[in-house]
Amino acid sequence: MKPFTYERAKTPAEAAAIVAGRPGAKFIAGGTNLLDLMKLEIETPTHLVDVQDLKLDRIEATREGGLRIGANVTNTALASDDRVRRDYAVLTKAIVAGASGQLRNKASTAGNILQRTRCPYFYDPNQPCNKRKPGSGCAAIGGYSRQLAVIGSSDACIATFPGDMAVALRVLDATVETVNPQGGTRSISMADFHRLPGNTPQFDNTLQRGELLTSVTLPKPIGGQHFYNKVRDRASYAYALVSVAAVIQPDGTGRVAVGGVAHKPWRVEAAEAAMPQGSRAVATRLMAGAKPTADNAFKVPLVERTLGAVMHDAGMKRTAA
Amino acid sequence: MSGSNEMEISRRGLLVGSAATAALTTVSVADSQAAPLQPQPATMKVTMKVNGQRRSLDVDTRTTLLDALREHLKLTGSKKGCDHGQCGACTVMVGGTRINSCLSLAVMHEGDEITTIEGLGTPEKLHPMQAAFVKHDGYQCGYCTPGQICSAVAVLGEIKAGVPSHAMADVTARPQATNDEMRERMSGNICRCGAYSNILEAMTEVAGVDA
Repeated sequence: MKPFTYERAKTPAEAAAIVAGRPGAKFIAGGTNLLDLMKLEIETPTHLVDVQDLKLDRIEATREGGLRIGANVTNTALASDDRVRRDYAVLTKAIVAGASGQLRNKASTAGNILQRTRCPYFYDPNQPCNKRKPGSGCAAIGGYSRQLAVIGSSDACIATFPGDMAVALRVLDATVETVNPQGGTRSISMADFHRLPGNTPQFDNTLQRGELLTSVTLPKPIGGQHFYNKVRDRASYAYALVSVAAVIQPDGTGRVAVGGVAHKPWRVEAAEAAMPQGSRAVATRLMAGAKPTADNAFKVPLVERTLGAVMHDAGMKRTAA
Repeated sequence: MSGSNEMEISRRGLLVGSAATAALTTVSVADSQAAPLQPQPATMKVTMKVNGQRRSLDVDTRTTLLDALREHLKLTGSKKGCDHGQCGACTVMVGGTRINSCLSLAVMHEGDEITTIEGLGTPEKLHPMQAAFVKHDGYQCGYCTPGQICSAVAVLGEIKAGVPSHAMADVTARPQATNDEMRERMSGNICRCGAYSNILEAMTEVAGVDA
């Protein structure tokens, strides 16, 4: 690791102001992703602002009937909350499908959303990578790309967003709240939070420098059956090849978001209109314009089959009910 | 420092400098602010309660909790396997919760209560999980064992507390200490000798005693 100085901020606005005012400063919450990257010198902050004292560790009911989740709520605490388990089961299921028990105990809600890609070329400082070092090129294109993006990618980057939790947040229409260095706040929908790589893959999301993620808000519950089906190379503790988050209603309508295929949780609302016609109709619309590599072409039919399995289970449960 | 070392550093500095120049020609305006200067190594004081004892340390800010335990406090039971949170050999409990001590900075743990394998039991008075690992041969080389045992103790606690897992079909249910549950929850602890089935037997015995 490169040397850095460290301090604990007292308020969200103070944390944001410190990071905005010091080149090379970064926030640290759980640290499970940032320290991993700092050890490899992929991240080299000169100053760390620890946000653990900001009292952002509560889950509260909102006036609109939803839940506001503090940015520092751990993945375990969020997945364990009785309201989340009952009303937003897709979120609990997505969280426990990711990482290990030890990591979920430390990783924060904000950190999970802000985690960086696990593209092997991003992680290898000897390789060109436009995300790690803008303008250096992309070794993943033409390289080993089995895990990487099949849709929404660019000539500069084919990395994926690696998380599970954010895929569930996308299907639940969650919003992210932030505070800026001047103390101003804003909300960003999950749809607009992560971005596609385009020519600037170094930017994973739409946050400004120094802008601090303070909470995530879930709208009021929408009912339905909740699914998170994750397909991966081993049964536990592995990143998704493809994952499907879905909420399916008794009349067969529903919502679907897909992980492991793009630079952001992938959802196409217009495709969901085809739910009553079956998984092929939905997947065809959802994955229209996919540009897989030879290594990861399997992901496109895998999305359809994983969604098909989810819709089959939903139908079986409806028949049994 | 020897002369040859100094030469190496200045040569490295030169290479870093020229790489930065090359990068600047292609970076967009938004990113082109000069790279911030890396500060000198910084030392801070941190006080933790480790296995019931108050310990104060002066550490480089870069020191992980694992290195503070092993190198500063000489509690070498916790092991460094991958140093990236993938193997679980460094698992300790902080405030009763298991974490990867390699992915946490010591300075982030001011005032925290840390329990390592040394705090669970002693050779004369083993923790029930340690005794069960011995009885069921829950190890071969032993390198992953302190992390396995810390994790196993915490897993039974998490099941009792009702923490959900990927092994549950219904996440609103109360979890039980079944084989599938314990296997799933132990997936962050790798054993290259492959003692998994014996570890599971040890955990099953302790879970049964506790129930």
